[in-house]
Amino acid sequence: MSAQKPFIDIRHAKKSFGTLEVLKDINLQVDRGQIVAIIGPSGSGKSTLLRAINDLDPLTGGEIWLEDKQINMDLPHRQYERHINEVRQEIGMVFQHFNLFPHLKVRENVTLAPKMLKGLSDAEANALAEEQLTKVGMIERIDYYPSQLSGGQKQRVAIARALAMKPKVMLFDEATSALDPELVEEVNLVMKQLAEEHMTMIIVTHEMGFAESVCDRVLFMDQGVVVEEGPPEVIFRNPKSERTQNFLRKHLAGQQA
Amino acid sequence: MGLDFSVIPKYLDIVLLGALWTIAITLGAAIVSFFGGILLAVIALYAHPVVRWPFRVFSFLFLGTPLLLQLFLIYFGLVQIGIDVPAFVAGVIGLGLHFAVYNSELFQASILAVDKGQIEAARTLGLSRMQALRKVVVPQAVRDVIPPIGNNMIALLKDSALVSVIGVSELTLSAQRAIGSTYRPFEFYVLVAAIYYIINLGMEAVLRRVERRIQASK
Repeated sequence: MSAQKPFIDIRHAKKSFGTLEVLKDINLQVDRGQIVAIIGPSGSGKSTLLRAINDLDPLTGGEIWLEDKQINMDLPHRQYERHINEVRQEIGMVFQHFNLFPHLKVRENVTLAPKMLKGLSDAEANALAEEQLTKVGMIERIDYYPSQLSGGQKQRVAIARALAMKPKVMLFDEATSALDPELVEEVNLVMKQLAEEHMTMIIVTHEMGFAESVCDRVLFMDQGVVVEEGPPEVIFRNPKSERTQNFLRKHLAGQQA
Repeated sequence: MGLDFSVIPKYLDIVLLGALWTIAITLGAAIVSFFGGILLAVIALYAHPVVRWPFRVFSFLFLGTPLLLQLFLIYFGLVQIGIDVPAFVAGVIGLGLHFAVYNSELFQASILAVDKGQIEAARTLGLSRMQALRKVVVPQAVRDVIPPIGNNMIALLKDSALVSVIGVSELTLSAQRAIGSTYRPFEFYVLVAAIYYIINLGMEAVLRRVERRIQASK
């Protein structure tokens, strides 16, 4: 453990909708290149926490830092918008339902943001799209529309779209939950590849097997708190908390059923 | 006295010229109403209240008063405060703004119907709200709303006849002029009705092509 500042630092994160507290004082530190999985039952706040990191669901209390920059800074509206747009360029996000832009071809899905925000020329943007799509194995479909792709292919394009902004962190919000079982593996492979390249990743997932094989650390969340965290072999094989044990038992039973 | 269609050929060139003016006005007003409609919709949904309210009043006035009156006001009224608008321009602006307000209602509904995940995905890439609207939300909203907008455009073609009252020599006015010298109202009104119908068919054909192209990219 170094005394260096963590790459991502979430301090006392709180979030409530009215009287409902979804996040109750969450602390999470992630080092550069670390891969953290967040597991837990639905409604535990895991997606909310992930979405708070790039301010899609702003916190009602606490701080989130990326390197030496505070993400949820207190700024006047206009300045805050400029700030958050810059921050978001450094944070890639992948959604459960892909959210590809259906009116744009695969190529344009990937080139849109780099062209608009980084001023890339058509040629540069195309080269970038080809590079990223090759990486996720989707180069052959570069001139297809999203509606012509399978779920797994869509998700791989969505990953390429996020990677094209050269983010420092990738957030995955149940990236494989909406996929048919036979399509999960192709997306997992891409994520594993990113892990091998030491991309910093925070992964909200229901795939315990995948989390165990890829992640450095696992957080178990329930009812807005981190109940337990540790290396995957401990969380999955030897959880201390009864709530973690129950969740994993139920989850396993659900998978076998 | 019986019908005599033999007077038509002599005045056909006037009437056809009128048809061209009708097409020009419809096209101009359609463009104004399309982009104006998108602009009004975005303002209604996303602008700061200080901006939103004046536009709301404006929309309400355009929806709540007769188009005929609006044309009179733009053409005859604005001159008094030193704004002299040529009749053709007044017609395009009047018709265009009137239908922009109607189109805006359609655009608002279709913008709201675009999946929330779309704007989220655009914002997480770093696009501002305006950029996300322009490049991601509005193009999809427009795509979904083309058929009802098309219906509005056909209504616009028909309402373009009103522009005759401010002296634009479009189809209806040119028919009236021909009638003035021949006293043959039935013949010329039937002719003009047929021409409106043909333009209408042309517009529908174009619309169907646009819809097919949109469908192909869905």
